[in-house]
Amino acid sequence: MDGSRIIERLRERFATAIVETGSQWRDHTAVVDRAAVREALEFCKTNPELSFDMLTDLTAVDYLKFPGREDRPRFEVVYHLYSLPHNHRVRLKVGVEEDDAVVPTAVGLWPIANWFEREVWDMFGIRFDGHPNLRRLLMYEEFEGHPLRKDYPINRRQPLIGPRN
Amino acid sequence: MAQRTTREMYLGEGSGTGSRHLQVNFGPQHPAMHGIIRILAELDGETVVRGDVEIGYLHRAFEKECEVGPYATAIPFTDRLNYVSPLINNFGYASAVEKLLGIDLTERCEYIRVIMSEISRICDHLTCIGASAMELGAVTVFLYMIKAREFLWELVEDVTGARLTISYGRVGGVKADLPEGFAAKVQKAFKETREVLDEVHRLLTGNRIFIDRMVGVGVLSAEETVAYSITGPLLRAAGVGYDVRRAQPYWAYDRVEFEVPTQKGADNYARYLVRMAEMEQSMRIVERAFADIPGGPINVDFEGRPIDPGAYVDRGKQGKTDGLLLIPITLSPNLQGQNRAALERVNAADKRVVLPPKETTYGSIEGLMNHFMLLMDGYGIRPPVGEAYFPVEGANGELGFYVVSDGSDRPYRVRCRPPCLPPLAALHRMLEGGMVADVVPTFGSVNMIGGELDR
Amino acid sequence: MGLGAFFATKLDEAIGWARKYSIFQYPFVTACCGMEYMATACSHYDIDRFGAGLTRFSPRQADVLFVVGTISHKMAPVLKRVYDQMCEPKWVVAFGVCTCTGGFYDNYATVMGIDTIIPVDVYIPGCPPRPESVIDGLMKLQDRIAAGAQRY
Repeated sequence: MDGSRIIERLRERFATAIVETGSQWRDHTAVVDRAAVREALEFCKTNPELSFDMLTDLTAVDYLKFPGREDRPRFEVVYHLYSLPHNHRVRLKVGVEEDDAVVPTAVGLWPIANWFEREVWDMFGIRFDGHPNLRRLLMYEEFEGHPLRKDYPINRRQPLIGPRN
Repeated sequence: MAQRTTREMYLGEGSGTGSRHLQVNFGPQHPAMHGIIRILAELDGETVVRGDVEIGYLHRAFEKECEVGPYATAIPFTDRLNYVSPLINNFGYASAVEKLLGIDLTERCEYIRVIMSEISRICDHLTCIGASAMELGAVTVFLYMIKAREFLWELVEDVTGARLTISYGRVGGVKADLPEGFAAKVQKAFKETREVLDEVHRLLTGNRIFIDRMVGVGVLSAEETVAYSITGPLLRAAGVGYDVRRAQPYWAYDRVEFEVPTQKGADNYARYLVRMAEMEQSMRIVERAFADIPGGPINVDFEGRPIDPGAYVDRGKQGKTDGLLLIPITLSPNLQGQNRAALERVNAADKRVVLPPKETTYGSIEGLMNHFMLLMDGYGIRPPVGEAYFPVEGANGELGFYVVSDGSDRPYRVRCRPPCLPPLAALHRMLEGGMVADVVPTFGSVNMIGGELDR
Repeated sequence: MGLGAFFATKLDEAIGWARKYSIFQYPFVTACCGMEYMATACSHYDIDRFGAGLTRFSPRQADVLFVVGTISHKMAPVLKRVYDQMCEPKWVVAFGVCTCTGGFYDNYATVMGIDTIIPVDVYIPGCPPRPESVIDGLMKLQDRIAAGAQRY
């Protein structure tokens, strides 16, 4: 299905919850309101015309230092979805404020979201509501901070941890 | 009082206390854990009841490092992502940035990218099968596979200058054109590789022990494979013929004929068969690409003698620039494949992105300015504001690069979608219910590459 | 008196000769350098001819620790523990520039050189080092082993 028609379907279903849509370089994107994101993902997965059965990527972007986006939410959680039967893709984004960095989890829909969301928590500090086991994935447990945030300097050193039992 | 069973006596359990599961820790440093990963297996006798996988031991901050430097600086970092098939990562990242910029590649470059990617893919599968066969005890297979990989690495070295961390891809093209006589070298290397694959087939494919250890082991149904968004050989071994090269063709894959091998078993043996078949298909792709590649061998026709670079630069400095750009110069052998004619054939004709060839840089003021502007801090490659996601078929599955640009010369965010993260998230499903001896072959067939997994 | 010293030094030399040609290495492989390590260990650039063909996959049975590939902060305690588990005499080879000095990974996650954690005998730079460099480093290690030099 053509990317713009996917966006149309989403708009039909979630009229007010779609904050903005865009299509740049054949990538179709829809920014969804946080309250509707769980429903939107479920709709994307179960609707037979869309049937996005594969969550190829779940990541986040920290827009702290992005010029021209000071009034918008600091983080954006990005979902890349792909449909095997229809061979089409879509990108869904959710804006997340810094002081209320919680997003509903997608674990119930795609089990791979378990690890992707753990990585987002590890790197950005965005919590996922309903996640069974939200702990760090890539960094060690004693690490303080969330490294991929823009205000975390790249070569900040933390004390070396010793051998655990 | 009930008679104590032998088991209870040995494990020291009285009646009523039940039995406890044994926790066995595979790794993080373990010979069978390629790279480093920790599998905390809870055993009930020999059966794995729970397998908890812990990753992150090779996290090297790829995504954060990419944000530090200009777009071209990220290319050496992408080499070290999937370090057994580094060319695919290079080209994937370059393609994502080219998508942001809206650049079209030259046709020859597309074929070169296909050729080098397929050679890289063969190297990856050779390493995977070799290592997992070694862990099953078939050490000979490992030695044969690495021997074949050396032939291919000699090819890669011929083109890029390095064996492993090649940094060959560039935004807008590749670093240099293929050297002379490359097609003949490839033919010879493939002949040797095919012999090795034949030997390995005879050693492994019908081998009773191999079949007993691999068939029915590590099974993950097709629905679960899709639910865990696993792509690549693992998905094709479950019967789903999804290949990014077929579904969304890029570079020259729509012009080159190839098959996508699938199997039905969804177990380790099926994955092994898929990988072996894919290697043969990759070799066919390269051979067909050589048949179709435009531009032919590099034969720079020129009239007049080529001049020494020093003399060339002197003439430019003295202002004798009349017709200077047309004169060929003898470049150093280190710059083989980078003379002007060759470079223009493989790089997009886009001044904002592609470094000019050395003759133009040193022979004209426009070339020098162009070179300067591309390398100067704050200038350089500056894609428009936006984001792009470009999926390529890595050796393990869909390798995607998601690049967000804020209009400056540094990427705002580079995200690598690792193809081997989903199989590891699903690894506990493959291990649970199996025996402890099946952990090693299952893990080997998943082909985890630490650089890509932990980034 | 002199005769006893002569035999003692000859004995030391003999022990050094035996040790240097029977290296039981423990390849602590983490990253890309592992590929070059595999290439060096296999038939093309054989290290078996140096007597280093048998990798002992247990620190208790090994005497040379080849640290191959980047060590991150999460991995560092594991490296220290593996090093502690080895029995003397033991030597450490820092294979690849990530283990020598951290390489170009100057960030929050990487240990900038394993000599901040464990003593190193031979540094093999390169990213990854070519097999010829590895063999050169191995031969230097053999000289150290033969001389009986230890660092701990």
